[in-house]
Amino acid sequence: MGGLDDLYQQLILDHYRNRRGRGRIEGASASVHEHNPVCGDECYLDILVVDGRIVEIRADGDGCSISQAAASMLTEVAEGKDLDEALDLVEHFRLMMHGEAEPDEDLLGDAIALEGVARYPVRVKCALLSWLALRDCIADYRETVATGG
Amino acid sequence: MGNSAQHTLDARALRAEFPILASPRPGGGEVHYLDSAATSQKPQRVLDAMDAYYRETNANVHRGVYEMAAEATERFEAGRDAVARLVNHPREATVFTKNATEAINLVAWAWGIRELGEGDEVLVTLMEHHSNTVPWQIVAGITGATVRFCPVTPGGELDMDAMRGMIGPRTRMVAVVHVSNTLGTINPVEEIVAMAHDAGALTMVDATQSVPHMPVDAAAIGSDFLAFTGHKRGGPTGIGVLAAAPERLEAMEPFLGGGEMISDVTTEGSSWNDIPWKFEAGTPPIAEAVGLGEAVAFLEEVGLENIRAHEKEVARQMLDALDEVPGLTLYGPRDVERRGASMSFSLDGVHPHDIGQFLDSKGVCVRAGHHCTKPLMRHMGVQSTARASAYLYTTDDDILALRDALIECREWFGAA
Ligand SMILES: Cc1ncc(COP(=O)(O)O)c(C=O)c1O
Repeated sequence: MGGLDDLYQQLILDHYRNRRGRGRIEGASASVHEHNPVCGDECYLDILVVDGRIVEIRADGDGCSISQAAASMLTEVAEGKDLDEALDLVEHFRLMMHGEAEPDEDLLGDAIALEGVARYPVRVKCALLSWLALRDCIADYRETVATGG
Repeated sequence: MGNSAQHTLDARALRAEFPILASPRPGGGEVHYLDSAATSQKPQRVLDAMDAYYRETNANVHRGVYEMAAEATERFEAGRDAVARLVNHPREATVFTKNATEAINLVAWAWGIRELGEGDEVLVTLMEHHSNTVPWQIVAGITGATVRFCPVTPGGELDMDAMRGMIGPRTRMVAVVHVSNTLGTINPVEEIVAMAHDAGALTMVDATQSVPHMPVDAAAIGSDFLAFTGHKRGGPTGIGVLAAAPERLEAMEPFLGGGEMISDVTTEGSSWNDIPWKFEAGTPPIAEAVGLGEAVAFLEEVGLENIRAHEKEVARQMLDALDEVPGLTLYGPRDVERRGASMSFSLDGVHPHDIGQFLDSKGVCVRAGHHCTKPLMRHMGVQSTARASAYLYTTDDDILALRDALIECREWFGAA
């Protein structure tokens, strides 16, 4: 079952069974709710920003093992990053998912285990759901700050 | 296949007629194709008929005076004859469309836009495919009509008492699926059509999942419109059918305009061709009609009664097999007399996407998702399900492979 082991690495199953960073943040600096129209998977993402840095990040929602593990890994690696670093991280992950970047383990942390997902086009959306939610969340946050809202 | 007293169909032998099933996939491995509700596999003779059409008589249909054009027209119209015969419907009221979806849209636009208005109601059900919901919503949005949804019981059947209460003087159209692609439920369409007609409403029966699997008699159902698609019954993609009451088609204005569908065109205006061509604008799916006609001949030789009997047996086996999988929830009726062999289920602790992926690694093809029935999914309180669906070529091997893969799947994801 080579292909399957490749896709569902142990680390992914571990994050799926023991979700990190799950839940919501009361009084979050920004929140988004996104869903994957293909399968109906949902993702709520909240961030708490202090001095331009993500001091807390939580993801919630339902989905397959890939989407849940990806969200779990995201919260681990994005917490503590400043907003530009976080956007770079998301972009690097996105490029990896489209097979357009050599994955950088130092940057990605456990999320490097998702590399194999790139070979399953229908599952790439699952992996990206929470990561792109973070990108949107940061954009929302910056817009709110800019408009003084 | 065990218990085959009245079982006159040999699925194993029939598999040999389907190239995809007869030979292993590139890269090896047997395929257990359990996604026929999405699209069926195609017998060699259908491919051959389409190939022969292109090789021997390719020409545009109608109007051509040369021999090849006449022959192309003949083969195309023979496809219509076959389909009309299959569902016991007059050929002139059997319209070719792109698929079932377009057949329903045709009625929603050609009839609904002109006939519906404020205060009018279109009654659909919560188990409709999006193709029998969204066109009515679009047309309701334009005309001011309302779309209402007949509920579904916890057992996965239409709530007929509710339906009776919902059909009233405001009801102009009752649009209902014959066999649910998600639940497998067989709906009492004859009774529903009679109820609707008593109230003065028209009827649309979405027969997409019944026509491939059982004898369907459009005259006995008696609906004003009946729609189905070619590719789920051995035919090619790109062709669907609207079997309509002839007088409805006569009274309706065209849906799409263009070549083929006109009688005369002047700078002042146009007049329409006879039915069914009035509703077939532009070059029709010619090779597809030829392929569909061949698929009809194939199914008739196998026998729709036999296919239904076989699928009842497969449904029984599938129910037993799914019962052996711990943590599995089946949606839809358990009585094989009231259902087809398309079954949706969920597995405790494993997302349908993961089920689909894991099963694929075992050569078992199932679908995971909402199956274009989102209102039903919401009603059942799930985002998605996995679905296994059978056809005349499904064997007990396929069902056992499904069962074993599901049991292993649950262990693999640590849900056991
Ligand atoms: C019940 C039902 N109706 C309509 C359709 C639409 O068929 P098509 O996509 O060929 O138009 C489907 C196909 O999934 C179906 O299962």
